[in-house]
Amino acid sequence: MSTKQKDIQIPDFRFTPTIDKVGVEERVARIQTRSIKGESKIQGMKMVLNMIDLTTLEGKDTPGKVKQMCYKAQHLHEAYPDCPTVAAVCVYPSMVKIAKEALGNSNVKVASVSTAFPSGQAPREVKIMDTKFAVEQGADEIDMVISRGKFLSGEYNFVFDEIAAIKEACGKARLKVILETGELVTLDNVRKASEIAMYAGADFIKTSTGKIQPAATMQVTYVMLMAIKDYFNKTGIMIGMKPAGGISTSKLALHNLLMVKETLGENWLDNHWFRFGASSLANDVLMQLMKSKTGVYQSGDYFSLD
Amino acid sequence: MNKNQSTKWNLDPAPESAGHVQLKTQYELFINGKWEKPNSGKYFDSINPANEEKLASVAHADETDVDKAVKAARHAYENVWSKLSGKERGKYLFRIARLIQEKAREFAVIETLDGGKSIRESRDIDVPLAANHFFYYAGWADKLEYAFPNRPVKSLGVAGQIIPWNFPLLMAAWKIAPALAAGNTVVLKPSETTSLTALKLAELIEESGLPAGVVNIVTGYGDTGSAIVNHPDINKIAFTGSTNVGKMIQKAIAGTDKKLTLELGGKSANIIFEDAPIDQAVEGIVNGIFFNQGHVCCAGSRLFVQEGVAETVIQKLKDRMDTLYVGDPMDKNTDIGAINSKKQLETISKYIQIGIQDGNEIYQSNCALPDKGYFCKPTLFIDVAQSSQLVQEEIFGPVLTIQTFRTVDEVIQKANNTPFGLAAGVWTDKGSKIFNLTSKLRAGVVWANTYNKFDPTSPFGGYKESGFGREGGLHGLEAYLG
Repeated sequence: MSTKQKDIQIPDFRFTPTIDKVGVEERVARIQTRSIKGESKIQGMKMVLNMIDLTTLEGKDTPGKVKQMCYKAQHLHEAYPDCPTVAAVCVYPSMVKIAKEALGNSNVKVASVSTAFPSGQAPREVKIMDTKFAVEQGADEIDMVISRGKFLSGEYNFVFDEIAAIKEACGKARLKVILETGELVTLDNVRKASEIAMYAGADFIKTSTGKIQPAATMQVTYVMLMAIKDYFNKTGIMIGMKPAGGISTSKLALHNLLMVKETLGENWLDNHWFRFGASSLANDVLMQLMKSKTGVYQSGDYFSLD
Repeated sequence: MNKNQSTKWNLDPAPESAGHVQLKTQYELFINGKWEKPNSGKYFDSINPANEEKLASVAHADETDVDKAVKAARHAYENVWSKLSGKERGKYLFRIARLIQEKAREFAVIETLDGGKSIRESRDIDVPLAANHFFYYAGWADKLEYAFPNRPVKSLGVAGQIIPWNFPLLMAAWKIAPALAAGNTVVLKPSETTSLTALKLAELIEESGLPAGVVNIVTGYGDTGSAIVNHPDINKIAFTGSTNVGKMIQKAIAGTDKKLTLELGGKSANIIFEDAPIDQAVEGIVNGIFFNQGHVCCAGSRLFVQEGVAETVIQKLKDRMDTLYVGDPMDKNTDIGAINSKKQLETISKYIQIGIQDGNEIYQSNCALPDKGYFCKPTLFIDVAQSSQLVQEEIFGPVLTIQTFRTVDEVIQKANNTPFGLAAGVWTDKGSKIFNLTSKLRAGVVWANTYNKFDPTSPFGGYKESGFGREGGLHGLEAYLG
């Protein structure tokens, strides 16, 4: 456990606050009726770009593929002046070194999934080794998965201890804890898993691996944001949030940002505290940005596929 | 080039356009299918409460005009409407419902301009619900004997209907749709501050080809309403509005054959238990009291929070209030629009002053209000006593009183300890607690883990000084049958 959390009393995770699904759906629907226009839309879209973890997590990933993505991470769209970079690239541990080299001195971070991503079905020693390897290769951030099977069978202490062990293995790297909400099914479980992760030392909580549907629905993200808010009110510690998987349009991303603003407030509107895990979102946002500049939509062929 | 983006991110204005709306500069009375000038020649102004600008002149009907309208309604009842089959009546109602849907955008914009409610609510709640009421009762028109089996079903005759300013079009739909489905004809008076959507509805009814005289709309003040109430040839009065006026109406028709339903004020309890889903309950509190600027007869204006979670709930409520957008009702992002009239703003301000003078802890959202127009900040009074005027009287604005409680019995007692009994809300994760409370709370509607939900199929009405009779559902239909 990290020093900052020494004095915090760990709650009994059997009794986390309950969530009413219908109420959450209504709240999210209200946010989705908000109209984001004009300058606020452009400002919002630039923020979105700057919060993206550009991701490739495939068995067929190669150094060439990763290098190209890293270039794109720093040069999203040369035709748009003052285009921000993304926040990070997200790759498997075996690609961390290549990504790190490709990104050089840029501010773009390298995040690595670990702990036998995406299923997490491996012994703890393997998960720790996996994590340590990624950190040694130069990863700035580690995206771990929780043991959903253990969680669903009520072994909250196991899940807690595992997160704490990985946090230790991370050293200086920031730890994102993936709950894989699509496998947790209920919002009550999402809330519970969020609390376990935060109290165990997560720097970020993250919805999904991107391999399971449904992934980052706004309902799930809302519940996690409210958990972060409650944790902050109790401990004074800010935790980051990363919805990942399924956010592929600029509109949905903007509504997510607005949701952050209306729940956690403006302090979280920064890529140190909020990220989008996405592969195709960037191009949709770029298309919208170009549209706001030129007044017309360009074809997909004008935006690089990396 | 990683910029630090944690700067302010505020939404740009997103105003709904009013360019497509057709408003006349002057509106006459809709009597016997024609637009008639008022006998007195007098008109009054309808004001946009968000900028205090005049929208249109509206005719002020007197006794002579009301008499003309009642005669037209009687004539239409005797000669046309009561002779039509239920199926034919239903067709007209379906047509009106569809026309409301077609013109939904125009109705929503006018409702917002005239009444001050946010365009989001007019667009997503008032207008669709109004259309749904017509659809729902259209379906019953030819099935009355199935709705009320083993008894003769007979229409009453001419119904005089007086509606308030908080949901102008929706209340018109609540009143007109069941009356017509049951075979009655109607003389309806909208509130003097919000006549325009009722008059647009009259235009729509004209377009629908409904036989002349079946629906008559007379605009005016309290004297116009009084002329309707006291007219000898009216068979039924349906009133929605303040408890004081309701009492006056009941006195006025005592000793006559007129039937009466009253839907009056409220001071409804919203009860949060320790085991409630707290974040959703906070949303429910906000929706319960700040919906339509608190101009809701069933508003959850008395909040009861169990002591163990009181501090958390109040803190979360304050945080949430600060994220509400208060301002231009025509902006699509506005959550809380303008107070309906100067008079109502004065009433609300008076109560806020009383609350402050009594030494209650007050909290108001930290939002800026527009310079022009009638606006009020969402307001909380914390730890208010049951005996306080703020708890006892209906404020009809965005003002919430908060009381804490310890046990179930205590909260039931306090919730029922009011002259009103319109609605209540119960928030808990435990089903058995909900059923225990729904049977003990003396309120016409009890919502569980939600608040301010309306549906045409569900009856709505009060206990005690909140009135009698039900609107909506089969109960609402029965009120128009002999």
